[in-house]
Amino acid sequence: MSRSIYFLTPVLAIFLTLFGGGIIFFILGFNPIEALKFFFITPISDLYGFSELLVKATPLCLIAIGLSFCFKSNNWNIGAEGQLIFGGIVGGGVALLFYNHDGFYVLPIIILSGAIGGMLFAMIPAILKTYFNTNEILVSLMLVYVAKLLLDYLVVGPWSNPEGFNFPETRQFSESARMPILFDGLRIHAGIFITLITVFLSWLILYKTYLGFQIKVSGLSLKTAKYAGFKGKTMIIIVFMISGACAGLAGVGEITGPIGQLHRNISPDYGFTAIIVAFLGRLNPIGIIFASLIVALTYLGAETAQIFLQVPKYTGQVFQGMILFFLLGSDYLLFFKIKFLGLKKNEL
Amino acid sequence: MYKLFLRSLISVFFLLGFSLNANAEFKVGFVYVGPTGDHGWTYQHHEGRNAVEALGIKTTYVESVPEGADAERVIRQLAQSGHDLIFTTSFGYMDPTNKVAKDFPNVKFEHATGYKREHSNVSTYSARFYEGRTLLGHMAGKMTKTNTIGYIASFPIPEVIRGINAMTLAAQKVNPDIKTKIVWVFTWYDPGKESEAAQALIDQGADIIMQHTDSTAPVQVAEKAGVWSFGQASDMQRFAPKSILTSIIDDWAPYYVERSIAARDGTWKQQDTWHGLKEGMVAMAPYNSAMGSDLVKEVEQLQKDLASGKVHSFTGPIYDQKGNILVAEGAVADDGMLAGMNVYVKGVEGDIPQ
Repeated sequence: MSRSIYFLTPVLAIFLTLFGGGIIFFILGFNPIEALKFFFITPISDLYGFSELLVKATPLCLIAIGLSFCFKSNNWNIGAEGQLIFGGIVGGGVALLFYNHDGFYVLPIIILSGAIGGMLFAMIPAILKTYFNTNEILVSLMLVYVAKLLLDYLVVGPWSNPEGFNFPETRQFSESARMPILFDGLRIHAGIFITLITVFLSWLILYKTYLGFQIKVSGLSLKTAKYAGFKGKTMIIIVFMISGACAGLAGVGEITGPIGQLHRNISPDYGFTAIIVAFLGRLNPIGIIFASLIVALTYLGAETAQIFLQVPKYTGQVFQGMILFFLLGSDYLLFFKIKFLGLKKNEL
Repeated sequence: MYKLFLRSLISVFFLLGFSLNANAEFKVGFVYVGPTGDHGWTYQHHEGRNAVEALGIKTTYVESVPEGADAERVIRQLAQSGHDLIFTTSFGYMDPTNKVAKDFPNVKFEHATGYKREHSNVSTYSARFYEGRTLLGHMAGKMTKTNTIGYIASFPIPEVIRGINAMTLAAQKVNPDIKTKIVWVFTWYDPGKESEAAQALIDQGADIIMQHTDSTAPVQVAEKAGVWSFGQASDMQRFAPKSILTSIIDDWAPYYVERSIAARDGTWKQQDTWHGLKEGMVAMAPYNSAMGSDLVKEVEQLQKDLASGKVHSFTGPIYDQKGNILVAEGAVADDGMLAGMNVYVKGVEGDIPQ
């Protein structure tokens, strides 16, 4: 199978999704061309819309990059959402600690602590997997709820805004704890640089280092990796650490960027959506950039389509589901050959 | 050459048409926190929108907008796409609403249940739901056999605590032995959690279930268990026809109509609205005849007295859980005290989660 087909199938999946989406719009009674235009073009037809696309894609891209390390090496980290939230909790805690503090050092400390928070949280499933043979899918998924409940507890109780009438949210962070805004009037913030640097570093690690080689070999065949003498345990822990740190960075980017405080809804399930992004981008850093932009667009499109046409907002999620469905479907047809076995009567 | 001319002519017409379209029509936008079919909070706001639409005013809504980073974009998009008045119908939209209002001084904003009006084009509005709770308390106090009222509460904010207190005070007035048991579910809408909470309260001996959450799950659990219940936000009678004694209805329609007309006619002014039974923002669903005609008459009279101001939900003497006096005998709590209420009155069990 040629390499180009491997990278073209996501494009095919997107076109099939557009086609399928058009049919759905038609059945719902909308003009499909007009609906698709409001869905995919109107949201980014001005500067503000385009910056919003980047705001939305930034965390998705960051998390998906981290996840690609795990997925490439056959480690199924499903709990990026939890790692994002835990990173947000640690980063937010530090931001509250520095409330009304000025100084250039405040923001870097917050960002770093968020990354470390996510990293530590991701190490739980990694260590349990390597030393106790637990299933990392279950453990990482269940830890999402642990992180969510911990955040709930903190914003309702000890960290709630003392002047906030018991509403479940913290104080607004001080200006020194906020990501610098890049352009006046737009919400795009310095977090995008963190994402771009991460993309570059991950490319470097994956394709230019021994660790990257180990990750790829383990992904292709665990047995080969063992024969080659790779230390599997260390690698598993490292990929989880990278993945968790990326999710933690995404969390801290959200709370110091567009949100500016901790509350119960710091992430609209970015950690789960990023799984779609990672696979749509073929676990490749450049692919993930494009995939994150497309998936971010489905969010914006759903809002615009509802504002202008009153299309139900859940169509956005339907589109995300369709993209993944068509991608996996075409993969199946790519990797497997369908053979019709004529069954004779006596074989039944 | 003439093709070029034709093209530019067409594009000029398009631009003209588009800009006229964007400017001329008065439009009202709504931002909802839940789906329009929740049969609770968002459903009622949507009913209010329908009333505005019925006037011939063009409206737009966006449902299920998370209270996080997305809210600001949705509100801004509505402002940018030519909406003149925007209702943001959940507490979590408070900061985004004020942020967008700063950049769109010609657009009017109305934020439900918040307290920040940072710019002159932001109004806030809420309803005195506690007046409805007083009526529920009266009925609960009369109807309970176990003297235990189960209360499913969302978040320990003043609005919810006010409801618990108003209900308990009214119940105590007709039945001094009353106890209010509370389960905090820390969500506005989660049918699973809400039904578990209802079951837990019934298991603890509550034979009256009431809720400050939005799903119909608690009344359905009550119906199955054969205990009394009260609907929340909209008339939930059809989900539990035997069990529901009445529902507190949030009727936003008159307010939305009034404010939309004011904004259209240029008479809109910033204000902080807190309406109750008197203005009709809080309404009661039909009373269940199972409670007996005498009690129905009593409650109807109490409803009239609350609306006219003859009776106030918080009339002294009111004591807190430790027995300290909160409101002196004969006095009534003022709006400032109600707005910041964060202690339980005597008779409520447990502590407010802090």
